[in-house]
Amino acid sequence: MAATSGLATIPVAASGTNWRRIGVAVAIAAALVLPWLVSDYRVFQFTLAGSYAVALLGLNLLTGYNGQISLGHGAFFAIGGYTAAILMHRLGVPYYLTILPAGAAAFIVGVLFGLPALRLENLYLALVTLSMAVATPQFLKYFDHWTGGSQGIVLRKPAAPTWLPIGNDKWLYYQMLVVLLIVFWAGSNLLAGRTGRALVALRDHPISATVMGINPVFYKTCAFGVSAMFTGIAGAMAAIATGFVAPDSFNVFLSISFLVGSVVGGIATVAGAVFGGFFIQFIPNLANDISDAAPWAIYGLFLLAFMYAMPTGIAGFIRTMAVRYAPKFRTAVGEQPTSQPGSHS
Amino acid sequence: MTQLTQQILSGVATGAIYASLALALVMIHQATESVNFAQGEMAMFSTYIAWSLVQVGTPFWIAFVLTVVISFIGGVLIERIIVRPVENAPVLSHVIVFIGLLVIFSAVAGWIFTYTVKQFPSPFPTKPLLGGAVTGHDLGVIGVTFVMLILLFLFFRFTPLGLAMRAAAQNPESARLVGIRVGWMLAIGWGLAAAVGAVAGIMVAPILFLDPHMMSGVLLYAFAAALLGGISSPGGAVLGGLIVGVLENLVGTYLIASELKLTMALALIIIVLVVKPSGLFGAHAVKRV
Repeated sequence: MAATSGLATIPVAASGTNWRRIGVAVAIAAALVLPWLVSDYRVFQFTLAGSYAVALLGLNLLTGYNGQISLGHGAFFAIGGYTAAILMHRLGVPYYLTILPAGAAAFIVGVLFGLPALRLENLYLALVTLSMAVATPQFLKYFDHWTGGSQGIVLRKPAAPTWLPIGNDKWLYYQMLVVLLIVFWAGSNLLAGRTGRALVALRDHPISATVMGINPVFYKTCAFGVSAMFTGIAGAMAAIATGFVAPDSFNVFLSISFLVGSVVGGIATVAGAVFGGFFIQFIPNLANDISDAAPWAIYGLFLLAFMYAMPTGIAGFIRTMAVRYAPKFRTAVGEQPTSQPGSHS
Repeated sequence: MTQLTQQILSGVATGAIYASLALALVMIHQATESVNFAQGEMAMFSTYIAWSLVQVGTPFWIAFVLTVVISFIGGVLIERIIVRPVENAPVLSHVIVFIGLLVIFSAVAGWIFTYTVKQFPSPFPTKPLLGGAVTGHDLGVIGVTFVMLILLFLFFRFTPLGLAMRAAAQNPESARLVGIRVGWMLAIGWGLAAAVGAVAGIMVAPILFLDPHMMSGVLLYAFAAALLGGISSPGGAVLGGLIVGVLENLVGTYLIASELKLTMALALIIIVLVVKPSGLFGAHAVKRV
């Protein structure tokens, strides 16, 4: 997965597909073995990283592939998290049944938000979504009857069945891995086919795309809905994994860290979402030892550095290297358009 | 009735602050067609500079002037060093660079000055005036803001530099042909915006108290103000700021819980953008296909 699914959304030729399959197989194998090599706390962190990866896939789909800038995906993450938490806490729904409703709730809000977004140019959409991110914590606190106010909601962490010889963290990790694989499978299929091409066409040449018969209203609204749905699913995953939701964890900086993860991983890629998820989970942990503010300073510097030096992110960088050094790649993916993130209007 | 006048007057005072920040946004938008998402954070950082100066014993108004000058220089440097390389890049790159700036300012402020909330002195008498209808600080804020607006108006209307900046923003190519250094005009525009933002920050800090997240809400209101007035119209932005300030106070007092104030600003932004994207006074953007 990491190796080939660069910026391109056009299905690659046979040899490229093989490389991609090998990459995906290696990544999945590594993900399966991983919990047995690290401590339980790390397993928990990897679970969270997985949820971020799913959220970033949603953001990449919307901002990277479709060119609709969102600086407010933390709000959809919050909707997913709170839907799951309220279902579990107030209505006693088992945790594994809350993920789909969380996705559905975020999908509906996403579509509703996508309708006015149709009329906004990129810059104003960025402004509106940033404002949405700023307003989210206050909004959540207001409905304290449902959301528990600023105290948030504490959830019971799901326990592994007694007949399984693994700890709770590993059990949760594997379940979330299954969710992640399903979402990524769906997402990459969606983006590799007709829909993905339509989204990219609308990003790069909206007028030509419309002339070719691509319905902009349908595709852009759907992109918003599906993007929100993925991020909402991710929010539910994170809420289940941490066992806690509170308004102030869904502040504007959550949305900004999604943007950071997206840019660092590679904003118009599928694989980039995974790199980005790892980045925003582990870099702050490393940097926190220096100072409370250090993670954010590093985020800011990374944003600027990637924008100037590596605008296609880690995934794009790997692809460029692969094209340069692996001869098979050149024939497979060499001719693909290497658009920069946001090379659209 | 007293409460109503009181709410309206203090709304005008906060509105004047939103107006300043909205004006800073409009100035950069005029010149570069993009919105500086880091404007609030830059203002916050300027306010910390003023705070440090006051802490070491500088008299308030000297600290005020020094901060405005430092902010101006800082704004020019940011344009020259950070914004310039992405000048012709797509919108997404602009947005990402501005967000990068926002994050860096916020982090550096937190790093140097810590996240503890600090009191910021007000230079104006705090005792209530006009039979309790308005505080001295509110009146002072209104006064300072209007002096600043008049100075800016005179600058852009009557000085050669101000006219050159307007020319550079309106028609860069022709401006360059008559010998205006367009790049530097943009940099000065950034400097001025940073200075105006600094004034807004210093004026709002005694009300909100100083911490690294002080301006995020204010920036949201400033967005709403700029869009309501029309992002292509400086006068509109000022009026928009006053409207938003008064509206915030009245709606927050009489209609909805104060927890929903930010949501109200968000709703206002969406309504303006969807119903009348050019705002009350802005020019219609005509796009060539």
